[in-house]
Amino acid sequence: MCTVCGCGEGEVTIEGEHSHSHDHDHSHGHGHGHSHGHDHSHHHYGLGPARAHAPGLDQSRMVQIEQDILGKNNQYARANRARFAEQGIFTLNLVSSPGSGKTTLLTRTLTDLQGQFPLAVIEGDQETSQDAERIRATGVSAIQINTGKGCHLDGHMVGHALESLQPEPGAVLFIENVGNLVCPAAFDLGEAHKVAILSITEGEDKPIKYPDMFAAADVMLLNKIDLLPYLDFDVDRCIEFARRIHPSIQIIQVSAKTGEGMSQWYQWLSLNRQGRLIGHPVFAHDTRTEEDTRHA
Amino acid sequence: MHEMSLCESVLQIVEEEAAKQSFNKVKWLQLEIGVLAGVEIEAMRFCFDAVSRNSLLEGAVLDIVQPDGEAWCMPCGKTIPMQERYQPCPECGSYQLQVTGGDEMRMKQLEVE
Repeated sequence: MCTVCGCGEGEVTIEGEHSHSHDHDHSHGHGHGHSHGHDHSHHHYGLGPARAHAPGLDQSRMVQIEQDILGKNNQYARANRARFAEQGIFTLNLVSSPGSGKTTLLTRTLTDLQGQFPLAVIEGDQETSQDAERIRATGVSAIQINTGKGCHLDGHMVGHALESLQPEPGAVLFIENVGNLVCPAAFDLGEAHKVAILSITEGEDKPIKYPDMFAAADVMLLNKIDLLPYLDFDVDRCIEFARRIHPSIQIIQVSAKTGEGMSQWYQWLSLNRQGRLIGHPVFAHDTRTEEDTRHA
Repeated sequence: MHEMSLCESVLQIVEEEAAKQSFNKVKWLQLEIGVLAGVEIEAMRFCFDAVSRNSLLEGAVLDIVQPDGEAWCMPCGKTIPMQERYQPCPECGSYQLQVTGGDEMRMKQLEVE
């Protein structure tokens, strides 16, 4: 285990990093200064037999901890989020089961949005860098994280990946999580939104079967709708299930293959990115340029 | 499957605490994992055994407290018990519920020596 930032992920590899051996000088602000208020006194009894006052009291003592088990991850996520805010990076965490068409949807999105704003991708998979290669084929910079035995990305892995990827200020960063509708729900990566992708070749009851994920996602992309004529998928019922879990979830029906509905997804993306950027120097720069052109 | 990472986080927290408060063995530890936290308790115990081996947690008794789920119903304004996230409000049948308890995952206390 790394003693500098506490990496215990022996199985994790990040492209371009040599075997994760950690003599590192990386600076993604792993705040080690976590503050769990111990203002309680737990150091009086049982420090050793000589000091035990009561007969029968052995060396054991109680220690109050009161810490969030995911506290460490949340610290890394906070550091990532602060970095994104500072650099005006709009980050989306894409989550789905394997085979929902996530990578196809992403490559199409990248192809269509190139030139509008800077783009970057972090790819998470248990093994292989095939997905990152598919992404790079679109011309967008991508980095692969292999989680090894792990079933999700965490804030720490993403922090490391950012060091190598260095997304441009004002970029849209897509983090394609490991295909898994369970575990990634619990791990904040510092993203602005989780976007769940559900394809209609899966069951319409997925939202209630995997409620934690749909509770955590702000947007659901219902993918492969070009296949509707061939399947018994009840779209309304699926939407109703998703809203049961998360009444305000936004649902966009798309086909990454035919392009149907994709413009709505792009609109959502660029409006939400803009909303986040208002007041940010990156955005001020954008608008100033526009105004300058208008006045010229 | 993320129970493994959770157990690793538990070990990490305990190791940090051990360095600060100078103890080298944990006899008992108590976690609080709400019923809506998305954690499988049996898997957690299984992973705990694996993770605790050859560490200061080895042999420690794992006590897991499971607070009940609780939600606030927006339409009727009541606090209601919730066992599953897809349940409707038992009072009015609405699904517009805000989880207010039972999704915690916390480390509570340790008995150490």
